[in-house]
Amino acid sequence: MSVEAEVTTTGIKVELPKSYEDIKDLIRIDRLPHIWCPGCGLGILLKLLARAIKNSGIPIEKHVIVTGIGCTGRIGGYLKLDAYHVTHGRAIPFAVGLKMANPELEVTVVGGDGDILAIGGNHFIHAARRNDDINVIIVNNFIYGMTGGQYSPTTPKGAKTTTSPYGHYENPFNIPLLAYAAGASYVARWSVLHQNELYQSLLEMFKVKGFAVVEVLSPCIIYTDRNAMGDAVDLVKILKERSTIDHNANLADLDIDFSMKKIILGNFVKRERPVSYEK
Amino acid sequence: MPTVAELYKKDLDKLIKPGIHFLDGNTATAEGAITAGCRFYAGYPITPSNEIAEYMSYRLPQVGGKFIQMEDEIGSIMAVLGASAAGVKSMTATSGPGFSLMQEEIGLGSMMEIPAVIVDVMRAGPSTGIPTLIGQGDVLQAKYGSHGDYEVVAYLPANPQEAFDFTIKAFNAAEKYRVVAIVLSDQLVGHMYGKVRVPEYDEIEIVERPKPTVPPDQYLPYDSRYLVPPMAIAGAGYRVNNESLTHTDKGYPTTDRDASFKLVMRLVRKIRENEREIAEWEEYMLDDAEYVLVSYGSTSGSVRRAIKILRAQGYRVGMLRPKTAWPFPGWVVENLASRGVQKFITVEVNMGKMFHVVKEFSRGVPVEHIPYAPGYIPDPDYVVNNVVKVIGR
Repeated sequence: MSVEAEVTTTGIKVELPKSYEDIKDLIRIDRLPHIWCPGCGLGILLKLLARAIKNSGIPIEKHVIVTGIGCTGRIGGYLKLDAYHVTHGRAIPFAVGLKMANPELEVTVVGGDGDILAIGGNHFIHAARRNDDINVIIVNNFIYGMTGGQYSPTTPKGAKTTTSPYGHYENPFNIPLLAYAAGASYVARWSVLHQNELYQSLLEMFKVKGFAVVEVLSPCIIYTDRNAMGDAVDLVKILKERSTIDHNANLADLDIDFSMKKIILGNFVKRERPVSYEK
Repeated sequence: MPTVAELYKKDLDKLIKPGIHFLDGNTATAEGAITAGCRFYAGYPITPSNEIAEYMSYRLPQVGGKFIQMEDEIGSIMAVLGASAAGVKSMTATSGPGFSLMQEEIGLGSMMEIPAVIVDVMRAGPSTGIPTLIGQGDVLQAKYGSHGDYEVVAYLPANPQEAFDFTIKAFNAAEKYRVVAIVLSDQLVGHMYGKVRVPEYDEIEIVERPKPTVPPDQYLPYDSRYLVPPMAIAGAGYRVNNESLTHTDKGYPTTDRDASFKLVMRLVRKIRENEREIAEWEEYMLDDAEYVLVSYGSTSGSVRRAIKILRAQGYRVGMLRPKTAWPFPGWVVENLASRGVQKFITVEVNMGKMFHVVKEFSRGVPVEHIPYAPGYIPDPDYVVNNVVKVIGR
């Protein structure tokens, strides 16, 4: 069963599954199949994000997606929206310029942990401090996937990567705590397994006035392979079995260590805070 | 071409008045930008460009524009590109170290074809160098600083009047060709006061980027049937993928040999094929000159005086002053070389930058450089003594 079948720019005939019926006008079908690995969570996020945009109550043509570099950075190119695929780490300041120049735009940045928090870390904390009225989705797969599995700012201490073959020596960021401390108005964390909760959170993100951050835990085959966790599906299993939902969790308790024994999800922060460029 | 009088009817009473003003170069740059239609500024503090940011933070809200001081120079140029993508003429100002940081995004602006203006008030380098004193070391960086193949337009003002005029020209070039245009000012131009004549509003021509005329389903963001494709701004309903990766006419990433080459060819052709229309220069006492001094920016003032002294001593010298570093008016150098000029002598506040460019076009005529990079422009006497030495060599 399919809603659309056409020969794409990749030369492959693609049939969009029935579950995409409601959002087929938001997907660039002519670009499919996408580049992501089997088991990757980005396809799920693509679908949920498209659905949240469709049902956001904001005209579709006012939605703008800005992405940087990495696996996650490719998400804008599959959405039939005004999308800007810019340089590594710099999606946030580009989004700030878009929003300031035209406040009617609903600007959403989507990036990976390396893109947003390493090379783009300075932009992230300052946009949160100013409380710029943009959305940032951080897809956290604990690693640099596209470049082949180097450690990232969220790689847990002890994890093996292509640049930490003896186990990672550094501590990772606690993304919700960082976003809150820097000043974000809205902070949530979900996994691609928690589709309904994530979808609701994305809808909420569009409603929030100010800097909204949604961390999305997403499996990565490059990460799981190297750390003997099995395949991407096995990481999903870990997320399923070990995650708990606690909206009122102490943000300082949200660290995810290598054992992945404690993974807390939830809509943690929603607060009114003055937005930049509004008196 | 529309003029300021037609385009900014509602705002005319808020613009700098036509007539004679006494301004420093940095303020003249800022007023030039606002006159050209700039309504967004993002920047990061850096000497000796700060007066531009300070003045823009004061002036932009008066004309309905926006100002933001970003967390660094990379953020600044990215915010500028984002605001321009949303349809607002935008600029930033910086100096050497900040200009170095912006290089990657000059490549992005070139690749995505987003009009933007960068004012680089050049100071002494390398590295942090001497923040408060002049250098002219960024001339090559302006064109070659980012990786890959692309073209920029870069102006070289020599006084506050040109700081005003050339900033308007930079905005016009950025919009017309969808490129990053650069005003290569310098610390002395930025801080010197001088007479600035603001033309009548109906005398100042303003260029706006080409806009799409076809419906969204027929629109191609990087349509290679054009040298400069029409530009759909964010939120206008065209729903296009704007791509930093090498892309097809549709804006989709590609590794296809033909599509890749076609794109890069177009990105450089749009400037190279129009270089004679864009490039500007001044010829000073060149008619009978045997020796051509090549100089630009504030240094050219000192060279002008030196030429008068040398002429009084019987030397047939003149000056070629490029007003655009890029595109460089290479054919003027070629013509002078063919005409029988004995030597080209470059006088810049650096150890030899435009020297290499002049050499490229000198057709075997010797080119010599008078090195000078202490944070000051050379005195006329220094130029005279060294030109005499070079001529005697």
